[in-house]
Amino acid sequence: MEILLDEKQLGQAVARLAELIQSDIPSKTQIAVIGIRSRGEILAQRLIKALQGHFTYPVLNGTLDITLYRDDLNRAKGAPPRVRTTEINFDITDKLILLVDDVLYTGRSVRAAMNALTDFGRPRMMRLAVLVDRGRHEYPICADYIALQADIDPARSVRVRFKETDNEDRVIVE
Amino acid sequence: MGRKTQWTHKHLIGLSDLTREEIELILDTAKSFEEFSTRSIKKAPTLRGKVVVNMFFEDSTRTRNSFTLAASRLSADVIEFTKTSSSVSKGETLIDTARNLEAMGVDIVVIRHSAGGAPKLLSRSINACVVNAGDGYHEHPTQGLLDVYTIRQMRGSLEGLKIGIVGDIAHSRVARSDVYAMTKLGAQVTLIGPPTLMPASVCDLPVKVSYNLDAVIEELDVINMLRIQFERLGGNPFPSVREYSHFFGLTMDRMQRAKKDILVMHPGPINRGLEIESEVADGPNSVILRQVANGLAVRMAVLFLVTQASTLEG
Repeated sequence: MEILLDEKQLGQAVARLAELIQSDIPSKTQIAVIGIRSRGEILAQRLIKALQGHFTYPVLNGTLDITLYRDDLNRAKGAPPRVRTTEINFDITDKLILLVDDVLYTGRSVRAAMNALTDFGRPRMMRLAVLVDRGRHEYPICADYIALQADIDPARSVRVRFKETDNEDRVIVE
Repeated sequence: MGRKTQWTHKHLIGLSDLTREEIELILDTAKSFEEFSTRSIKKAPTLRGKVVVNMFFEDSTRTRNSFTLAASRLSADVIEFTKTSSSVSKGETLIDTARNLEAMGVDIVVIRHSAGGAPKLLSRSINACVVNAGDGYHEHPTQGLLDVYTIRQMRGSLEGLKIGIVGDIAHSRVARSDVYAMTKLGAQVTLIGPPTLMPASVCDLPVKVSYNLDAVIEELDVINMLRIQFERLGGNPFPSVREYSHFFGLTMDRMQRAKKDILVMHPGPINRGLEIESEVADGPNSVILRQVANGLAVRMAVLFLVTQASTLEG
């Protein structure tokens, strides 16, 4: 096991991500931050806190469960995945959607998330923010805002751990 | 709670076979499908390419349409099969019919049959997933699930709730599935009706029995009024419809004595003025239409879970 980001570095990474977003998205934009379950959800909440005061309009927050849109549903490999709730209690049409996930790897989750989101309406724009881009994407998908870029061997896995769910703040490679 | 429970059944035959955790898993999954009705595109690609056949050997509007809609919201293709317009009327057996449909690439068979055990028999004979949509006097699992889902939605939990199921218990597959689901989730169930409509097997169920609705109505948190199924009644189980209504109908008068927040349920279709008065069925305590709406989410969850479990066998 190797530590990619310790608690302090993780805090700085979130702040850096917020800075990148602030310098790129005009403050008068109607923005909705939507986290992909489950670590993306927590990252989204932290980002909203960090973005406080920047935007003129209230920043909306939603959570997306992409299970029903996964491309590996009908391939045998263990027990069925748990479907959890999607909570988007506002109309996404004409808003800038900032999609948030903890790790960008194959790009498949983001593809599923984009498909799911377009079933809710027609956003004006979609942007993607990730904490770690570990490279070696399988789909042609890139993030707009990246806190940490690292080339990680496909045999290893990157785990983002948050206090809210894992009792600690750090990113590790196993 | 129940986080580690995994769904492994490729068939849903009855709720008596399921554990509390498995029932809760279905309900939790259904919760995720609840918001579908609020989306601008009420469809997900989850079961794209899968074929569902609705094999209904008995009449149905709610259950059948609910399964059809549930399947189409998950992007499955649906074949509608009815007894009268099929080769069953030419004498083809159930299993032959199902095998033929399976040969066309059917993945899920949703079956309603007048013979208890038909879904079980089918599940042993074909490879497709089998979902019981009501078999004889045996079970109607998705109805039981949507009933407990509705109670959970309104009350948060079934733990300790007192639930009365009133009417023709003997001929009711709904009552049976309800009893299994409700008691597994911690509720206390009382079956209420005339002795002639109580099944002999009632002593095997974990329930109380009462022949007097007035004696128990005050303590109930939930009351489920079953339909008098004239098509199934043989002999003379009660002297007259008016007498039945008098003793076991849910009237405004009886509602006065019930708890103020009692939930009034009915699996439909309603015989208005018989087992339930219109004012009660349409009144503030009624969750009858909510049951129907929830049925959709529950059936989506069931279709999703059985197909996912079927991939386990590879």
